Amino acid sequence: MTTTRPAREAGSGHEPALPSIASVYRSRAVVELKEFFRQRESVVFTLLLPVLLLTVFGAVLDFDLGEGVSFTQYFMAGIIAAGILGASLQNMAISIATERSDGTLKHLAGTPMPRSAFFVGKVVQVLAVTVAIIVVLLLIGVVFYGIDLPSGSDWLVFAWVSALGAAACTLLGIALSSLAKNGRSASATVTPFALVLQFISGVFFQFSEIPTWMQTVAAVFPLKWMAQGLRSVFLPDALAADEPAGTWELGRVALVLAVWCVVGLLLCVKTFRWQDRGQ
Amino acid sequence: MTSPTAVRGRPQPGDPLDPDAAISIRGLVKRYGDFTAVDGLDLDIHRGEIFALLGPNGAGKTTTVEICEGYRGRDGGEVRVLGADPADGTRRWKAQLGIVLQSGGGDSQLSVRELVRAQASYYPRPRDPDEVLELVGLTEKAGVRAKALSGGQRRRLDVALGIVGGPTLLFLDEPTTGFDPEARRQFWSLIRSLRDLGTTMLLTTHYLDEAEALADRVGVIARGRLAEVAVPSALGGRETAPAVVTWTEGGTRRTEATATPTAFVRGLAERFPGEVPDLVVARPTLEDVYLRMIGEGERAGTAATAGGEVTR
Repeated sequence: MTTTRPAREAGSGHEPALPSIASVYRSRAVVELKEFFRQRESVVFTLLLPVLLLTVFGAVLDFDLGEGVSFTQYFMAGIIAAGILGASLQNMAISIATERSDGTLKHLAGTPMPRSAFFVGKVVQVLAVTVAIIVVLLLIGVVFYGIDLPSGSDWLVFAWVSALGAAACTLLGIALSSLAKNGRSASATVTPFALVLQFISGVFFQFSEIPTWMQTVAAVFPLKWMAQGLRSVFLPDALAADEPAGTWELGRVALVLAVWCVVGLLLCVKTFRWQDRGQ
Repeated sequence: MTSPTAVRGRPQPGDPLDPDAAISIRGLVKRYGDFTAVDGLDLDIHRGEIFALLGPNGAGKTTTVEICEGYRGRDGGEVRVLGADPADGTRRWKAQLGIVLQSGGGDSQLSVRELVRAQASYYPRPRDPDEVLELVGLTEKAGVRAKALSGGQRRRLDVALGIVGGPTLLFLDEPTTGFDPEARRQFWSLIRSLRDLGTTMLLTTHYLDEAEALADRVGVIARGRLAEVAVPSALGGRETAPAVVTWTEGGTRRTEATATPTAFVRGLAERFPGEVPDLVVARPTLEDVYLRMIGEGERAGTAATAGGEVTR
């Protein structure tokens, strides 16, 4: 009796249209912004830690680098690069690992939300946090430490180095989240990794004073190139002579960060999971 | 091998898929490495019914449900959920489902109302979020952040998130685990009001009284197979099973299993001048038949494994 009847189509006839992709993107963006800015730990860790470091380093290590440039001016580039790393790589790796282990991702995967909306929400979150960090650091630098703001076309370099660096680190962070068992283990591995990167990439010390082999290790990862690109923005061109190549190497900065974007994207596509591995 | 009550309304291996069923499963197989979690399962869940899947941990309940929800692939058999293969899982198909996972959601910084509204924004024709909060009894907690909810409140939020999309088919995987008795009663009345709205529900539970109170039909799953499907009162031949009459006579507890308990008690009444001391007339509880059934399932499974090794 039932075999001759054609199988009923899922949602035949009177199905209302799905909500527009744009409206779901907006909804996810609002969710991600609230999730970040309402969580004390993430705000303190990601936003206030760079601010604190700038305040302390700016007050303590205010020596002259030559050419009338203070170390604080040098540190400005490094701490902004480290801030972007925190807002993107550390933030994504920890938050997505947490959301995977607590079932948030699995829950979302069971809804008609387009999966791209999840990533759009995360990108909006990273953008907002990155802009917030940069604005706050610049404000403190200018008001308390007399930092010279970039001028003219330096702003453009500032923008593309930040954007490209944030993109590469976001993708890498999403990929790293899949390696961790849960949010806590992600934090326990990514935080020391980021700290070591900061030490060897010319954030806390002048890159030229770091042993060569450490420079070589740092040159594999994006942070060194972000800091170098940002130094070209904040330091006079005469100080380019202190860089490993004797120039700012902006072409290579763009190339390495772009390669990391591609590698990060491939890793994301290969490794991203909506559920815990154990399930 | 199967008792008459089990055959009623239950597809047999090789039957065609039922196109009118909310869920139709034939010969479902799922393996994890060497372990066969689901081993040839056939089941139809009709539109508008509440179906409870019972079984011990590791019997294949959650695996079966998650294959229907589209979370897991399968190694064999056919599955249709609302007419579509869950492995294809389009957005339009998912828009008709509501899923309450066993694990529940995480520690969100969003308020209860914000979460339900965000969830509603993914669906083509959502229910009013405030009405849904009223329905699950969270109106007073609407402004509270989800991470500050108690376990039972969080579970009710999970249900709110599951139903705000206005699902045709609702999956509830152990929805009341961790509830106190009062919260469970409240939850049951919520489920009944959803049924009255015409929602089909697939419920997995450890609580037999829950299955008995809510389900139109119950399926017992043991070692990846359906041991039986029946209305709760008929499971395991319960309605026709001999009654057990217990009383005290001459200082000792006496027991008699009888198919005619009324006649037996009438006889007893004649032997005693007044009340029959400590008289109890009982049918096997759902728990009795359930425990017997999963016990048989385990033995059958062990025998099958042993046989398999002999032939190899």
